[in-house]
Amino acid sequence: MWGRIKPEFWTHADEGEAPARNMFNYRRLWRSAVLAIVGVAVLPLVIMTLIQLSTTQRAVDAEANQRTHRFASNARRSVTSFLNARREALEFLIQDNDYLSLRNEQRLGELLEGLKTAFGGFVDLGLVDSRGTQIAYAGPFRLKGAEYRDQPWFREVAERGLHVSEVFLGYRRAPHLVIAVKKPRPGDSFVVLRATIDTELFNNLLSQLHLSEGGDAFIISREGKLQTPSRDHGDVFDDLALQVPASSSETRVDEVIGQQGHTSLVGHASIPDSPFVLLVVSPEDALLAAWRATRVKIGALVFASVLIIAVVILGVATLLVNRIYLADQRRLTTLHQVEYQNKMASIGRLAAGVAHEINNPLAIINEKAGLLTDMMVLKKQYARDEKLLGIAAVIVSSVERCGAITRRLLSFARRSDTANLEDLDLEEVVSDVLGFLDKEAEHRGIGITVCTALDVPKVWSDRGKLQEIFLNLINNAVAAMPKGGALTVAARLTEPDRVTVTLSDEGCGIAPEDLTRVFEPFFSTRADQGGTGLGLSITQGLVEELGGTIAVTSKQGRGSTFLVDLPVRDSDTMTRGTG
Amino acid sequence: MRILLVDDEVELVSTLAERLELRGMEADWQETAAGAIEAAGKQTYAIAVLDVKLPGASGLELRVRLEQMQPEMKFIFVTGHGCEEAFEQGREAAGCEYYLVKPVSIELLVSKIEDVLGKKVR
Repeated sequence: MWGRIKPEFWTHADEGEAPARNMFNYRRLWRSAVLAIVGVAVLPLVIMTLIQLSTTQRAVDAEANQRTHRFASNARRSVTSFLNARREALEFLIQDNDYLSLRNEQRLGELLEGLKTAFGGFVDLGLVDSRGTQIAYAGPFRLKGAEYRDQPWFREVAERGLHVSEVFLGYRRAPHLVIAVKKPRPGDSFVVLRATIDTELFNNLLSQLHLSEGGDAFIISREGKLQTPSRDHGDVFDDLALQVPASSSETRVDEVIGQQGHTSLVGHASIPDSPFVLLVVSPEDALLAAWRATRVKIGALVFASVLIIAVVILGVATLLVNRIYLADQRRLTTLHQVEYQNKMASIGRLAAGVAHEINNPLAIINEKAGLLTDMMVLKKQYARDEKLLGIAAVIVSSVERCGAITRRLLSFARRSDTANLEDLDLEEVVSDVLGFLDKEAEHRGIGITVCTALDVPKVWSDRGKLQEIFLNLINNAVAAMPKGGALTVAARLTEPDRVTVTLSDEGCGIAPEDLTRVFEPFFSTRADQGGTGLGLSITQGLVEELGGTIAVTSKQGRGSTFLVDLPVRDSDTMTRGTG
Repeated sequence: MRILLVDDEVELVSTLAERLELRGMEADWQETAAGAIEAAGKQTYAIAVLDVKLPGASGLELRVRLEQMQPEMKFIFVTGHGCEEAFEQGREAAGCEYYLVKPVSIELLVSKIEDVLGKKVR
């Protein structure tokens, strides 16, 4: 996978001298580009999102707190007014009725009925004298004469004039509470009007609040015992599991962590003139559920955006850096080619100078030897000495050989940037090149065969370029066969207007993985032996300039074959040549 | 019918002249353009064999001077340079006449002289 998407610059290793080196460290360039763009694009997004989230979080928290507070206040007001209404009713009765009528159980029964009708929830009504004896009773039980003198509630009402009891079961095995009020009588004595109230109404009141507000509202005693059933925190008389902070008469909201580790908002307030504490418990999970869902959505959206941004940036940065890399590579290749051409041009000039300088003395030797021969042949006074004639002939033939070398040198030197097109016999061109190399080949024990099919026509091409192409290829072939072998150069007509020259050696061959790279610039397996890795690249360039193509096949250990396909008459080169 | 050979290499030009004479031609030689002009002032030549590159003047310039002096004179150029531009220039300047690259074999030179003159000289 990585191999397929890996950009070209990734494995680029920078080698070579300063002018030939690439201008950038591409991986570092890519890394800094990616980091910089990602930083600029993603950081503000993330920071803004975090700020937004925390602001909203605070607002949502405050809202939840307020809701719980409002709920608790409302519930407290309801409960307080429920109790107050009944207490005030009792206070009104005890003030409004004189002692005698209260002692009258029939009258007391009528008052009870009146309370039941007007307020509801009253179960019985009793009158207790200052000695703690119930002197009159109206209700479903026979409690007349009951003694309350030693009971705490009686002592409290005697002292403070009012008592509201905790919820208890009592005789009827149903939860109820007691409200007692005191009225002083002449002297030190007093009477107490005591009423039992069913907590049913009380419970209904709170359960209505549950419905409207969504939390759990209930009442506990100051000791932490539930006084009304709760939705999630147990039934009446259970001990409350939550640790609730000490209550004040003001409504307060606190965060409390429950047994399962769930956080709840607890609104609490004590009910005045009673042993009750009102609690409103709102689980945070429920309060914040909507907000949390939104938060997850925002998070997912931001994450997706960041992901898309990152992918786009990675793609664009990779593309751009790769473009720069390829452009840089092209620049380097051009640089090397120019360098190579300059080198070739200087070698050419040098060769031309040398050839020219040698030509004159050669011409003199030639003429002198010629004169010697002439004199021996044409003049009678010089005996026709066969031996001397032979010596002169050797001198002349040696001069001819030198002349051939200088002519070849000059023809190389003649190669210039402009095409010099002429009709060329490929075999002749190859033979010219072999003239430079046959000594070396002989020395290495390499046999060279040149065979040209009869139907191969002359090609309209550039002699210098063809010579360079074949010189490079034959040089490579000779270098590949250090222990000798055979080199075959063959030319044949493959299409009516294409000639293919095949150069097959029996050298070491090219590894399959290198085969596709041999024409790349700077690819060399002989770098340690001074190879520049430019030979085949330049050869390919020259072949293409002549309108041809070059290909290679190879078997490692068996040898390589280079195929140079050339046009007999290339329309492009023809125009270039004549224009 | 005389032939004028001009080349700055004395050994070369003198030997060539001698070899042509051995083949029955009358040949004079000069090593400078000035010498050639002086010689042409004294003697009529049917053909001149000129080195393209001479000290002081090029063979082509010399040809112009010689042509002014003897409009009938024909020319063959010889060059030590195989360089393309000089070759092309030389061929153009020489018109239908010959342009040879050193070292020139005596047989080739003789045959070209015969071509130019349109007759056997031996």
